[in-house]
This record gives sequence, structure tokens and C-alpha cells, in this order.
Amino acid sequence: MSGTEAHAAETEAAGGDLRLWQRVDTGDLWRGGGLVIVLILLVIAGAITRPEAFLTGNNLFNILSLGAVIGVVTVGMTFIIIGGEIDLSVGALVALASVWATTVATQEFGFWGMVFSALAVGTVFGLLNGVLIAYGRLVSFIVTLAMLVSARGLAEQISNRQPQVARPPEFRSIANGSVLGIPILVLVLIAVAVIGWIVLNRTTFGRRTFAIGGNAEAARLAGVRVQRHVMTLFGLSGLCCGIAAIMLTARTTTGSSTHGQLYELDAIAAVIIGGTVLTGGRGSLVGSMLGVMVFTTITNLFILNGLSTPFQNIAKGVIIVVAVLIQRRASLRGG
Amino acid sequence: MTEPLLTMSGVVKQFPGVRALDGIDLDVVAGEVHCLLGQNGAGKSTLIKVLAGVHRPDEGRITWRGEDVTIPDPTAAMALGIATIYQELDLVDGLSVAENIFLGHEPRTAGFVAQRRMRRDARALLERLGHGEIDPATELGTLSSAKQQLVSMARALSRDARLLIMDEPSAVLASDEVENLFRIIRELTAAGVAVVYISHRLEEIRTVGDRVTVLKDGRTVAEGIAVADAATPRLVALMTGRDVEYDFPPRVAPQVERRPLLEVSGLTRRGEFEDVSFTVHAGEIVGIAGLVGAGRSEILETIYGARRPDAGRVVLEGGELRPGDVARAVDGGMGLAPEERKSQALLLQQSVTGNVSLPVLQRFARLGVIDRARELDAVRERITALDVRPPDPRRSARTLSGGNQQKVVLARWLLAGSRVLLLDEPTRGVDVGARAELYRLVRALAAEGRGVVIVSSEVPEVLGLSDRVLVLRDGRVIHVGPAADIDEAGVLDLVMEGSVE
Repeated sequence: MSGTEAHAAETEAAGGDLRLWQRVDTGDLWRGGGLVIVLILLVIAGAITRPEAFLTGNNLFNILSLGAVIGVVTVGMTFIIIGGEIDLSVGALVALASVWATTVATQEFGFWGMVFSALAVGTVFGLLNGVLIAYGRLVSFIVTLAMLVSARGLAEQISNRQPQVARPPEFRSIANGSVLGIPILVLVLIAVAVIGWIVLNRTTFGRRTFAIGGNAEAARLAGVRVQRHVMTLFGLSGLCCGIAAIMLTARTTTGSSTHGQLYELDAIAAVIIGGTVLTGGRGSLVGSMLGVMVFTTITNLFILNGLSTPFQNIAKGVIIVVAVLIQRRASLRGG
Repeated sequence: MTEPLLTMSGVVKQFPGVRALDGIDLDVVAGEVHCLLGQNGAGKSTLIKVLAGVHRPDEGRITWRGEDVTIPDPTAAMALGIATIYQELDLVDGLSVAENIFLGHEPRTAGFVAQRRMRRDARALLERLGHGEIDPATELGTLSSAKQQLVSMARALSRDARLLIMDEPSAVLASDEVENLFRIIRELTAAGVAVVYISHRLEEIRTVGDRVTVLKDGRTVAEGIAVADAATPRLVALMTGRDVEYDFPPRVAPQVERRPLLEVSGLTRRGEFEDVSFTVHAGEIVGIAGLVGAGRSEILETIYGARRPDAGRVVLEGGELRPGDVARAVDGGMGLAPEERKSQALLLQQSVTGNVSLPVLQRFARLGVIDRARELDAVRERITALDVRPPDPRRSARTLSGGNQQKVVLARWLLAGSRVLLLDEPTRGVDVGARAELYRLVRALAAEGRGVVIVSSEVPEVLGLSDRVLVLRDGRVIHVGPAADIDEAGVLDLVMEGSVE
């Protein structure tokens, strides 16, 4: 049974070997295999077309910074999709949290008050999604679609459709500052991704997320509090949106109801090409992050080569299909 | 004997790492009921899928009406006249009965579906199956599984099937429906259709079958022996090397104090069951017998909190359970092995470990982070104790046989320390050899002081395992008493007539 077994050993969440750090998640890497190839091809393309600009340390951080905000949103989205749900409201929640944090009233509480406000708004509205889905027994697609529309509407209402400048100087430091040469935005993404990885792969919460996404009925009959868990998942996704809102506010120095447009599609696309199945129960955070990197590298390449946005979007669409096709072949071979 | 309709010789099917078929020989003649017998994992499902065009064999010959054929896909199988009725019916819930029957070959006029003709033809097919009362316009999803099975058969007839493969068709049927199924099978074979019939139930094979082919480990071990010559011990011996069909361990008095563990009183769910009361003591096995649809599984699931009762209470070791709260019941020491193992109990994508430890994950965690070495050791200990084969906690649950999957579910509740076990159809889809082992296991679990409630559609199983039985009819308890005081005929009499006593 070596073929199926090897595959199973890689896909199982309960993984194999021992302690926290001992086992490198070969499953994640394996499933991201298609993406690694795509990423290498993109790097080669960059090295050929703009050797002097692309292959610099600075540009690497450019790429990472570019992907940092959407990357944080994608961490939350990975949990949601592995749990068998979908969250279409992430972009709107980013906008709402950024607007709420930058109102005149909130700004009086200073930088930390604004940070707290963004995190709280993201989490609370995420939990609202979760309550309606878990306890109201509504489909997450519908609930978060409604949230997408109304959260952005609320953001427009609060901001009167005007960008609101974030006054505290800390925002500028977040956007431009770095620690040990690494931009702060990138550090935030790394921190969120690492914590997310540990929670997903090493904790009871992560294990139950896989269980619920794989077979919610079986999880319920095994005594898992499924409703509470699903609600928490959406709270978590909202929290990620709050973090992303702070990062975006820092980068643009404004809170705006137009922030985070189409983030939901970018995040879902990154999760899917990262090897997480839309039906839930199987997936990888490393894959999702690779997915984000692929998309931002494309954007970076196009900017460096002075190519237009429409071409960029066409290329992204093609890459989504190609990456998923590669994965499908790989997983069929694997068992 | 007439010319064979279908001959398979030396058919081999290799999957990555496993030889699912390792030399299958089978010949089927027109107008016979040819039974396939074998334990789980013997290769029956793979064999069916080869004939249905789902799997392509790696070696061997298939001859259909005297000519060598290949069956590259399901369409080719249907074109030859081979129709398969799977256990999990491949019908579309949202379409009408007639649309399901003619799915993919709808009668057409000028490009449009000829609705009236389709319904008329559908009605004719259903009448031929003795079920003219099924309205072809009904939405399929609203029908019972027995009637859906009839629709599936009508679909096969609509394709002019010459060979009908039926995979455990009786598993979803009540006993009177099984008789109707047998009547239909006899009519079809009288009209020259051949039937390949798969069942775990030997008495069905004796009733309806003409010849039997026995598979073991992907090989044919006995080809086409006449049912008349196939005494039960011989068949069981061929399948397993054992010679008993039901093998219950002797009853031993439990070495524990007889105290009540589970008290159910006045439990009611309108439309499903009414006023169900009983008590399970430490060391006791209580069986619930009744026909399919009598409310057996519903009672177990309500006790467990998976359904919310309209009235009544459940008291577990002195504490009343909150209705409709599974997590509380589990924390309180209850465990359910549900009827549908794959859809209700197992995480097929995960390892045995992930399946067993799920209810008690927090026990292995510090600050939420799981100590996976400790978890693995604990699970390994349980599955070794229950003799799960192979005893590998990292193996994917999907790859285990039915009996071993059931043991994984039991291991889950042993690890959780459950003191009351609710077992719903514990031996469904479990082969003969593994059954006897499960019986011993259930007895041993009770003898250690647990309380067990067991539901089974096989009356001998309920009677052979239980200390006390409840007999259900239409959602009401019509008899309670020691299992030793009633026999299978007595139970059947009660559930059919409900008049005794």
C-alpha cells in the first residue's frame, strides 16, 4: 500500500513524527510543489528580463511588502477554507476596520487606540458572520456576501466616502521602518503566518478545524463543539482583516472605504493554488503563502517591465488554472 | 448448460501498492442469479467496478456473449448491456423518477425531451417491477431508499440490461421489501436477464441464488458452485477458514456492582418514537430490535444528544443530560458508534490517530499545543489492545477494512473512557470473521463494567449479544425482557403483528 500510504501520511493532519519542530512538513512542500516550480519560472523570467532590478535584496523585500497585507488576510482565509467554509467579506472588513480606526473620534485615543479599534472591529464583525453561519445555520457564502456589501456600505457611511488621514506618526514608521533590515510589514506577515502555522498544525484548534472541514457530522458526533468552533473561525478571519487594515492604513497613511477591493478573490485564489481543497478538510498554510508570493511576484515583474495591469490579470488567471492542473496531476499520481 | 453470457478469466487489477484483484475467474449464464461471496477486501467491489467500466483490468480476459471485450468506461458497459446497482445509488435527488430512469437517454422529439412519452415508459417499467404506484413525476429525493432502489432497477431495464449487478441490495431494505426484491429478481431471470448478486447474508443467497462464486484475497476460490451444494459451513470455510456464521461468546456474569448507568425515561420525538423508557446497568448489554424505520437509530441519537427530544429525560450516572448537546454527553462518559461509519464517525482523510483522539485532544495538549508523541503512544496502546490490523496509528483510516474501522471507532471511546457505549449496527459491512471478534469485544467491554446499548437489524445478533432486549414497533416499545426468553421467530412475530402479549 506504499503509494496510498505515502499520500495519506502526507495529507493527514495528525501527522507523524513527534515534537513540535522535529518534523518539517513535507506534506506542505509536496503539495506546494507545483507552485515552487511556477515561482522558480517567474524568478527566471525576472532574472532574464530585468537582471539588474529583479535579483536584488531590496526587490525581494519589495515583493514581500507588496504581499504582506493580502498575506495576512490569506492566513485567516486558509483556516476558513480548511474548515469547509468561505469568507467573501474579508476585503470589506479590511475597509471597515481601516475607516473605523481613522475616524476623528478614534484618533483621539492615539496609535494604540486605533490599533485596538481595527482589531476589535475586524473580530466583532467576523464573529457576527460566524454567529449567523454557525447558530443561524445559514450558508457562509450567502452570509459573507451580505457582509461584503453591507460592511463596505457602513465604511462609506462612516467615512462619507472620503479617505481619512491617519495622524499618529507610528503609522509612517510601520510602513517605512525595518528591524534588522527587514521591513516591519514583512515581519508582521511572518509573525502572523508562523503563529497561524503552529495553531493550524500543532494545536487542538487546528486539528478540530481539519476534522470539521473533513466531516462536520463525524466531528459533532465525536463531541467536538462544531458551532462554537465555526464561529471562532470567522472571528479569527476577522481578526486577520483587522491586522491587515492596520498595515494598509500604515502603507497608504489613510483609512478608506475603498481599501481592500477584491481582497476576497485574491485570498481565495492564493489558498486554492496553494493546494487547499475548497470542500475543506485538507490544506496547507505554507501553500497559501507560496500562492501569495506567486501573485505578488507576477505583479512585481509586470511593474519592473512596465507592462499593463490588464496583462497582469490575464497572467494571474492563467497561473491559477495551470497551478491547479499541476496539483491535480500530482495528487492523482499520489493516490 | 447454455453458452456463458459473461466469462472472466485471470483478471488482475493492481492499485498502487495493492493487488486488489489477483486472478478472478467468473462465468455467468443468461437467466441465472449468480452470487458473489467474500469478506470485505476480497475484491468484490473492484470486480464490480471492472465490469461497470470504472476500473480497467491490468491482465486477464473478459468475454461477453462469446467475444473478447474491453470495457473502457461506464458508457461502454451500458452499451454492452451491463447495468450496476450500487449500494450508494447513483441517482439525482432533485430530478423526477422518470428523469432519473431516462437520464442520458431521454426519449426525444425534434430535440426536445418527450415528457409524456418518458413518463409513460417510466410507468410501464415500474409496473413491470410490480410498483406501478410510484408516480414517475415524483421528485426522487422524497422516496424511501427501497423505492429509490426500484427506480435504479427501472433505469437498468430501460437500458435493456442483460446483466444486472446488485451490490448488497438488501442492506437498505426491510424484510418485506426484501421479498419483493426477490420476486423481481425471479421475474427478471425468467425473462433471460442474468443477475450478479452480492450479499453478506447467507440465507439470502440460499433463497434467491442459483450458483455461488467465492472470492478471497482477490482470487476466485470456488467458481460457480450450485447453491444446493453450498452448505453454510462450506461457504464460511471457503471465505474465512472458519465454520460458523454467528459465533457468540458465552455469557459471563459481570464482576461489577449492578448499578444504573443510563436511565432513559419517557423519551419522545414526535413522528419517530414515543415514550421510550429503559435503564442500562453497569456490565449490562441492552439490545433494541425492530424493523428498519421503527425508530431504532433515532432513539440512540436522541439519547446521545444528536437529536433534540420533544419530551423525556436522559440521566447518565445520576446526572441529567442537557437535551441536544452531544459534547456534554461525551464529557459525561457516553460514546456512539453510529450507523453510517464513513459519513458519521470517521475522518477518512486523516490517520487512525486523528480519528481516535478527536474527542479527548485537550488531554494531550498544553496551552492548546498537542504533544503528538504522547497522543501517538496512547492511540497505539488502544488500537493494539483492540487488535486493529495493521496496528499502525499513522495509517489513513480510509485504507482499513470495515471491521477495523469499527474498531477504530470503539478505540476512540475506550480512549475517552466512555462508560456507556451506544452501538448502532456495529457489524454492518463487517465480514464474518471480524464479526465474531467484535462480539467478543463488546462482551468484554460490558464485563469490565460498561453499559452497552446495541441496535441491529439482524435479530440473531441482538439476541445473541444482549442481556435484555427492547422490541420496537412503529416507534413504540412493545416488549422488554431477558434476551434468553425470546427467540428470533418471537421477535419477528412481535414486530410484524405486535399482538403477542
